[in-house]
Amino acid sequence: MREIEFDVVVKAVRDIIVHCGTDLPQDTYDALEEAMENEASPVSKEVIRQILENANIAKDEKRPLCQDTGLAVFFVKVGDEVKIKGGLLKDAINKGTEQGYTEAYLRASTCEPFSRANLKDTVGYNLPAIIHFDIVAGDKIDIEYAAKGGGSENVSRARVFPPAAGKDGIVEYVKEVISDAGGNPCPPITVGVGIGGTFEKAAISSKHALFRDIGSKNPDPEMDEMEQRILTEINKLGIGAMGMGGTKTALAVHIEANPCHIASLPVSVNVQCHSSRHTHITI
Amino acid sequence: MAQYSLTTPLSSEDTKKLKAGDTVLLNGTLFTARDAAHSRLVKLIEEGKELPFDIEGSVIYFVGPTPPKPGDPIGSAGPTTSYRMDSFSPTMLKNGSKGMIGKGKRSQEVKDACVEYDGIYFGATGGAGALLGKQITSAEVIAYPELGPEAVRKITVKDFPVTVINDTHGNDLYQMGREQYEVKD
Repeated sequence: MREIEFDVVVKAVRDIIVHCGTDLPQDTYDALEEAMENEASPVSKEVIRQILENANIAKDEKRPLCQDTGLAVFFVKVGDEVKIKGGLLKDAINKGTEQGYTEAYLRASTCEPFSRANLKDTVGYNLPAIIHFDIVAGDKIDIEYAAKGGGSENVSRARVFPPAAGKDGIVEYVKEVISDAGGNPCPPITVGVGIGGTFEKAAISSKHALFRDIGSKNPDPEMDEMEQRILTEINKLGIGAMGMGGTKTALAVHIEANPCHIASLPVSVNVQCHSSRHTHITI
Repeated sequence: MAQYSLTTPLSSEDTKKLKAGDTVLLNGTLFTARDAAHSRLVKLIEEGKELPFDIEGSVIYFVGPTPPKPGDPIGSAGPTTSYRMDSFSPTMLKNGSKGMIGKGKRSQEVKDACVEYDGIYFGATGGAGALLGKQITSAEVIAYPELGPEAVRKITVKDFPVTVINDTHGNDLYQMGREQYEVKD
């Protein structure tokens, strides 16, 4: 059994939150640069130029990339030979989240769902974090993190189709979701598509699909082909950067597919804005 | 597509010359408000009570900034999605406000109110909070501090970059831009 100190996890989580708040990941930066070069609309080209300039300012001056510093979302794989010394792993992640959001001057965006009262003064900054745990073999903890903004989350959707809908039905559905969203989710976007499993499995898969680096290839050739097909269809919509009209509405489409019930074809579409703040660490 | 530099408060003369797609550098005072603050402001108007700022010619910025670092007037401050203000904006325009800054499409009622009351809906680049925050030279909470990031702030801006989305003539840049670049099979 490997023992990991509670505070080691707290510090690791705090550090990635601080870093992601101000430093746009390289995969996203590169994809935006490429989009700017290939964008046909001068108006959208200028928007992407501002987005890249913003990323440079944020990194150099340690300012938050966006005022929506998101809710903290984690996918955590815990090795079965790991024991946290001095507390619970969940508590360590939440404590690191609170410290990171506070120390980096990130916005407290969590509120009570009905009164809409900001929870800053009661339970701290942006708590509780959204954490998805999995248990795996080994003596390490693997943490994937993303700061997920509200604008792109608001246009996300899920639906359970009859199996006959097939691939064509899925492509049409994703297109419809993105078309209806227009400029609201801050394009150029990344689109996560979760297919199969159950209702909630599809939704979680669509979220996890957004953690994959932009520009990486889906290892399944059939899914890779489908990703390219949906990406082409989305970029024909003409939405462009911030909805101002253009040819680069999406940077990438990522699919995660799972086996499902013989009666169902669950599909979930989770949208990520251009400020794709995500990272990955192993403790 | 023309480029302008305008100083607030805006007049009908200022807003009527603007066309969807024009870029504008705004200077002067803006007031910040999101949904929670709008709901309270519109209630004050309906009750005939005084607003916490002079609405005549005002430009409202839909933003909830990050907390300022020590020594800075404000943190990162990019626009939030505007449709959440759609039910309130026509009342604001009817009572003298001349501009809104946000991101994302507006309802037909808001577009109609822009035509009727000489209002402009400006778009700022969403997610460019660090860049836009730097164009804000002062900020002061003037109402509803309990709303935290959603409090009403009086802010001063210098060359704040925006694009005209909905003009006083009924044009919509989102619609025009999309029609131009949409590929139909």
